[in-house]
Amino acid sequence: MRHLSAALLLLGLAAGCASAGARQAGSTAPAPAQASAARGAAPDTLTSVDRPQYPSTYQRHANPPVVIRNATIMTATGQEIQGGSILFSGGRIVAVGATVDAPADAVVVDGTGKWVTPGVIDTHSHLGVYAAPSTAAESDGNEATNPVTAEVWAEHSVWPQDPQIPLAIAGGVTTIEVLPGSANLIGGRSAILKLVPARSVQEMKFPGAHYGLKMACGENPKRVYQNRGPSTRMGNMAGYREAFIQAEQYRRRWDKWNKDRTGDAPQRDLKLESLAEVLRGNMFVQNHCYRADEMVQMLDLAHEFGFKIRSFHHAVEAYKIADILAREGTAVSVWADWWGFKEEAMDGIHENAALVQQAGGRPVIHSDDASGIQRLNQEAAKAMYYGRRSGIQVTRDQALRWFTANPAWVLGLDSIVGTLEPGKMADVVVWSADPLSVYARALQVYNDGWLVYDRNDPAHQPKTDFSIGRQP
Amino acid sequence: MIAFLLAQTIAITGGTVYPVSGPKIDNATVLIQGGRVTAVGTNVAIPAGATRIDATGKWVTPGLIDGAGQMGLREISAVQGTNESTLRGNEVAASFNVAEGINPASTLIPVTRIEGVTTTLAVPNGDLIWGQAVLIDLDGSTIEAMVAKSPVAMVADLSEGSKGAGGSSRAGAAQRLRRVFNDALEYARRRSDYSRAQIQQLAAPAADLDALLPVLRGQLPLIVIANRRSDIETALRIAREYKLRLILAGAAEGWEIADKIAAAGVPVLVEPMDNIPSYDALDIRYENAGLLARGGVKVSLMETQTENSRNLRQQAGNAVAYGMTWEQALRAVTLSPAEAFGVATQYGSLEPGKVANVVVWTGDPFEFSTGVEHVFIRGKEIPLRSRQTELLERYRTLPPKY
Repeated sequence: MRHLSAALLLLGLAAGCASAGARQAGSTAPAPAQASAARGAAPDTLTSVDRPQYPSTYQRHANPPVVIRNATIMTATGQEIQGGSILFSGGRIVAVGATVDAPADAVVVDGTGKWVTPGVIDTHSHLGVYAAPSTAAESDGNEATNPVTAEVWAEHSVWPQDPQIPLAIAGGVTTIEVLPGSANLIGGRSAILKLVPARSVQEMKFPGAHYGLKMACGENPKRVYQNRGPSTRMGNMAGYREAFIQAEQYRRRWDKWNKDRTGDAPQRDLKLESLAEVLRGNMFVQNHCYRADEMVQMLDLAHEFGFKIRSFHHAVEAYKIADILAREGTAVSVWADWWGFKEEAMDGIHENAALVQQAGGRPVIHSDDASGIQRLNQEAAKAMYYGRRSGIQVTRDQALRWFTANPAWVLGLDSIVGTLEPGKMADVVVWSADPLSVYARALQVYNDGWLVYDRNDPAHQPKTDFSIGRQP
Repeated sequence: MIAFLLAQTIAITGGTVYPVSGPKIDNATVLIQGGRVTAVGTNVAIPAGATRIDATGKWVTPGLIDGAGQMGLREISAVQGTNESTLRGNEVAASFNVAEGINPASTLIPVTRIEGVTTTLAVPNGDLIWGQAVLIDLDGSTIEAMVAKSPVAMVADLSEGSKGAGGSSRAGAAQRLRRVFNDALEYARRRSDYSRAQIQQLAAPAADLDALLPVLRGQLPLIVIANRRSDIETALRIAREYKLRLILAGAAEGWEIADKIAAAGVPVLVEPMDNIPSYDALDIRYENAGLLARGGVKVSLMETQTENSRNLRQQAGNAVAYGMTWEQALRAVTLSPAEAFGVATQYGSLEPGKVANVVVWTGDPFEFSTGVEHVFIRGKEIPLRSRQTELLERYRTLPPKY
């Protein structure tokens, strides 16, 4: 009942965090080899600067080859292999199948009675930017000082010692997108992180990942800026348009200078730099948007300026426009059952993800929540079974993809993570039971081949600095 | 009093029945007459004319009881006009009973009951003493028809949330609570002095002091929100001093002192999936419910998010995954809360004489793969419809059916 006393406070926070974004479709995800090579590399050639910007210093943790034998392996590519094995080495999946040869030095994990899936991926997290304990001092997710703050980068707020990070790891999560909150029309750049213990966010940054741009529709921006504007949904729309009109001019100026290289370079503008990257397709729009009619407005906005919305987030009414979303190729990152906490969330239904799947869309189960991120498998199971009981066909593989392969696509990383296939990054979870059961717990979590969590071995249960030295 | 106007005779046959008060019974019949359970077993005579519900292959349990939330008191959390749970500006709101704020037409009620939660608390919200919670069944067109017991408990806060009422100090909050209790006792002894204004100023208005007397006489339970170990110990201390019928709610660090809580015989309401550390509970953990149960504490589970009270069964499933036995968890969402709230003669199990809140499930109620087949509240079958099922039907195929 701590929530009873904290409910209103938490509600405000949740509303403040609820965010969304979409990425530019058509951008090509870096291949695995490129991703590794991208460590510290220069940014894409068409950006307005050619200096390195806060490069990833992520390094794969050295570890021996691992073979998990005699498990039920759910690959997220349509296969569920009974009594199967998986071998990974050097951070890559080497083989998956009924029989797998392993080198002599491989660590052998007995998977009898266990399930194996790809690492869980969350497209919508505020870990590190809204750290625990929740205090004003650790509230770093909303730069709520201007309705358009495309110049802020979530990674500059992420606190790697957030004690919520190990909890998410213990839930099988290996990759997250940390988004700014949803106070602003345009909230800033996302950070795409490997969920590993680290001293700096740079050590967590997913090499080669495209940034996301957080945008937000509806109640939150107009509530936060009701005195200075926007204070209406039409004001919201005008605000996005004004920003992208500026960005178009900025992009033209820089593209011309990049081509001609004559005269003084145009002055950098961090806000417009982010927006121009969206226009170029180098950054993916991640768009917090609840209502069906507003999502359709945002699709028109994207058409006006020639970008794609990679994913709507929250999208509790996605089922009302599932056909349109499928046609547009825009994913939806949704909860299984959050509804009713605000007016624009009143029409949430359990079957949302299933109906989007049925229409040929791309559903993702996301968390937006430090508690929910620990159970994305449970939330996907809930959404799958409600769909099935309503007569909507959803396969176990599809439900698994809702928290693995589909979020990987939303982040533009689907060629690198999200499935268990040879060549993919060895992000692997061993579950105590069917991961679509309420009783399943992650027993082992491998991130890039590193055993980052083992429920039965305290030596592999990372604690943050915050959590050590406290006596129960 | 509970009305049973629409009740009829119903026989739920062939199911695996979990009475909670005893071991499961295979292929059993649950007989409902006049809104009450009248028989449970394998050898039940079914009266002629009874409506038969074939539950072969199904699981039959008591309706789930959520000992938390603002059901009926909160339509949309973020819309203040739909919130009825807080008596603002009143830090000692002991006389505040939420019953008349309940909206029997709330859309949350059908959404919740068709998932097998048939009874919930409606809890006030506030500062130090929040007011009087009521227990409601999730069916009925009037407040009177819904209320199962009012008040069912007084609610007070000794967590971080109460500090404002204690001058920004936990010690201040505890001392203020004692002053209020002392003055209530003083008021009870000297009513005539009070009416002649021959008594020093008391710590709360007479109505609030009056409302506390059933608590101080041990007649009405006092729910105390406490999460930090030391706050739980303060609650136990105050309960000893005043001989209160204490119920702990939250109890996030309770696992550290399960032995003390068990020795005091105090029941606890916990939310298993709540494991995010705060300065109110740095040692919060997933295993709390299981460790408390193993330590002999009478544990009830709760889901505090009113609109998703239906996730009580997910809370229970997670409690099992993290250390409770399945039987403990089922009891913790049925008979244990009924006992804590003093209504176990009427609620919480499938036994003759109990209110017929019964759910027929396709399987294990805690599993996501399980659906609800039938819900009975006070013996009346509830249609499995809600605003959400209507939305599904409207948009199941596009374009929608307007």
